[in-house]
Amino acid sequence: MMLSRHPSRREFFGLSGSVFAAANLPRWASASGARDPRLVVIVLRGALDGLSAVGPLGDPDYADLHRELALQRDGAHSALPLDSFFGLNPAMKAFGQLYANKQALVVHATATNYRERSHFDGQDVLESGMPTPGRTESGWLNRAILALPVAERARGGALAVGYVPPLVLRGQAPVLGWAPAELGPPTDDFVGRLASLYDHGDKELARALRAGFEADRMINRGGMNALKAGGDVVDQMKKAATGAARLMNADDGPRIAALAFDGWDTHVAEGGATGRLAQLLGGLDEAIAAFETGLGPAWKQTVIVAITEFGRTVRVNGDSGCDHGTASVAFLAGGAVAGGRVIADWPGLKAINLYEKRDLKPTTDLRAVLKGVLADHLGLGTSKLGDAVFPGSANVTPMTGLVAA
Amino acid sequence: MAPVMSLPQATWSTAYNRFGFGARRLGAPLAGDPREAIEAELSEPAAGQIRNAELPSTPQALVTLYEYSASQADERARADALRSAGVAMPTPTTAALMLSPPVSESIMDSKDARPQKPAPNPVVRIYLAEAKARLDAACGAPIGFVERLVAFWSNHFCVSASKGQNVRITAGAFEREAIRPFVLGRFVDMLQAVERHPAMQHYLDNAQSVGPNSRAGQNAKRGLNENLAREILELHTLGVNGGYTQADVTEFARVLTGWTVVGREGNLGEPGAFVFNANAHEAGPRDLLGRHYDQDGRAQGEAVLADLAASPATARHISEKFARAFVADSPSPTIVGRLAEVFRKTGGDLGAMAHALVADKDAWSAPPTQLRDPWQMLVAAYRALGLDHSDANRVVHAMTLLGMPLWTPGGPNGFPDATDAWLSPEGVKTRVEIANMLGRLTKEAPRPRDLLERILPDAAESTREAVLRAESGPQAYALMILSPEFQRR
Repeated sequence: MMLSRHPSRREFFGLSGSVFAAANLPRWASASGARDPRLVVIVLRGALDGLSAVGPLGDPDYADLHRELALQRDGAHSALPLDSFFGLNPAMKAFGQLYANKQALVVHATATNYRERSHFDGQDVLESGMPTPGRTESGWLNRAILALPVAERARGGALAVGYVPPLVLRGQAPVLGWAPAELGPPTDDFVGRLASLYDHGDKELARALRAGFEADRMINRGGMNALKAGGDVVDQMKKAATGAARLMNADDGPRIAALAFDGWDTHVAEGGATGRLAQLLGGLDEAIAAFETGLGPAWKQTVIVAITEFGRTVRVNGDSGCDHGTASVAFLAGGAVAGGRVIADWPGLKAINLYEKRDLKPTTDLRAVLKGVLADHLGLGTSKLGDAVFPGSANVTPMTGLVAA
Repeated sequence: MAPVMSLPQATWSTAYNRFGFGARRLGAPLAGDPREAIEAELSEPAAGQIRNAELPSTPQALVTLYEYSASQADERARADALRSAGVAMPTPTTAALMLSPPVSESIMDSKDARPQKPAPNPVVRIYLAEAKARLDAACGAPIGFVERLVAFWSNHFCVSASKGQNVRITAGAFEREAIRPFVLGRFVDMLQAVERHPAMQHYLDNAQSVGPNSRAGQNAKRGLNENLAREILELHTLGVNGGYTQADVTEFARVLTGWTVVGREGNLGEPGAFVFNANAHEAGPRDLLGRHYDQDGRAQGEAVLADLAASPATARHISEKFARAFVADSPSPTIVGRLAEVFRKTGGDLGAMAHALVADKDAWSAPPTQLRDPWQMLVAAYRALGLDHSDANRVVHAMTLLGMPLWTPGGPNGFPDATDAWLSPEGVKTRVEIANMLGRLTKEAPRPRDLLERILPDAAESTREAVLRAESGPQAYALMILSPEFQRR
């Protein structure tokens, strides 16, 4: 059952419906002892601030430029040390533990080849794997499945989490759909955007909107609104991951999955070690932890990749947030990851080292990372990766050593 | 002496939003003169009609219900047991409610139900099939003016499914049989078809209204029910200030005795069909509203209805409501006057009214101040985002959440047509939640810039900015359909 069809009623009941759907696909031949890799791609939509997710604590300009959003070595919310230079946002405790166990790594100062600052186009390039935006028929992960040898492909189902499959997994290869029973309420960020739109042009709607969501808070959240509002988002991420892991853990379940988490567009009150971004990172962290728990023994053969369309400005803007930037981080986690390190050709944060004098300069092509994972984890050949999967990327060499031998 | 009317520039935005259900993302874009495009929709040969052989006629639907009711006593007891055993959903959120089937169906599908799958409840099945036909028609129309007219008249002459299963199972058929054939026809024909329709007969209790002195009244000691007579005068025709008295209501109720629906035994004719039962009719000449009616039987009621349709009070009442539904909460007396004049001069030609609205300068120049009601907003959102509408269930749920359960108004006055009614905090919040979800259901990831150009080409800069700065496609789509330009018409 493909999600490109209308989701059936059964799917709304939750997991059981989707497992039923999965059973209709060709079974994976799970020959004992054979490698049986799992790959999860998480798209972080909205442009993650890599500098507050993984802080370059050793960069002399970091604290001055990233100001209140910068992570710190000391204090109540100190960063989790990754190495002598980088520290991890303290909201990502599970990832920190995996890192310590050498099952997680960070790639820093990375970006696709896209150099403008439109979310839609950036996500388009990130997920389609095409060199330019606007060619959105299929995603690189779907084409990677098509590029697998037929026997391998027959073993595989792919799982798109969400009512509409993320572009990264759309395409000709069959895709299962599953979505948590509820999509969750609108985020505070979304309501805030709408409120400011209404403030401009429609006072009546603005009043009703505020009153509506205020009443909601008073009833449901009883004074804990900031915390609980973040909690909703965290809960959504965790639910999505828990469900996806359960499906992927089934003998005949999918081996490849794609999820998309929204909310990373932190123009206002981003927060650093605490606050909005930290809540989102906490949600991502819980999702990763849910995969580790839910996949059980299969975790050993799992790679999770979390990627974003671009980063955010090095300098803090007037609203204690950051605007659209260029390079960010990519997270890799899983039992099959050769982890315990930050991979970065650090460009530095001095003005001359910034991209267009404002953004972290990309020094690692994100496609090299993704191609490296596809090559070493799924066994895809270089020529197919440079042509069918990431067209026009023949000159981008797959990064080696990301996956444990 | 009226000044020569120079028509204001007719924009596509006005054509789509004031007259129709908004622009569509999919399909060939319309071009040319917007007025002509609306006129073209009005002159389609089958404008407003739904041709779907699978939808049952009213007698077919009621016979299905009679049979189902007789055979389902056991099943219902079982379903009640399941319901009280807590099979129903946990405390649901808006999104969860929209994405899940109604409780009545979920019980049927529940794994906890007995192994042998019970026959699906025909009331739910037919109600949803009718909803789907209505949704398909509204989503499929190039502009949707005719479907807006259908919704207007259907709400003017509303029935409510909350009355009982006999109304729920016929509510869609009522619209197809008594409303749609006449949206561009004559008011009097719609009125006659509506008042004798079994759905209306059941809804406003006339089916069991019996003349006290009729044979049935003498035997069964039952009597008059004034409900339908009163609402015809107050809501359907003259209006509350239309100059009728309590004596007129009672006298009219006597006129309408005998108008009823054939029961399942079929003693009076085809089961489930309208019938005039002379045995229940309070026979004799009647005087109401200053006129004398000495017809026999059914012809007497028809004569009263014909006179009511021709009354100047009716022309005023209908024209005011018509202008309010399309132009402004408080339409100018001039446009109401112009429409009433058309109604009067043409003998209540509703097609002429529709044409008059399209030709009226105020209809093109009045600012878009009214909030789309939930039906209008959902259909517009489905059209704008190109959403799959094969599952009407979801839209039916959304309408309920938004306070406009399909064919289920709280009273015979129908759903409100004034903006204030829909501009409540809870209502707006629910719109946000639903839009948020619809954004995420949008497929093929249209580029927000292109979509905005297509759906809201005249959007204000603030809306344009908010949409183009959204962090994701789904967020951009949701903001677009929540924008003031989209919510107002």
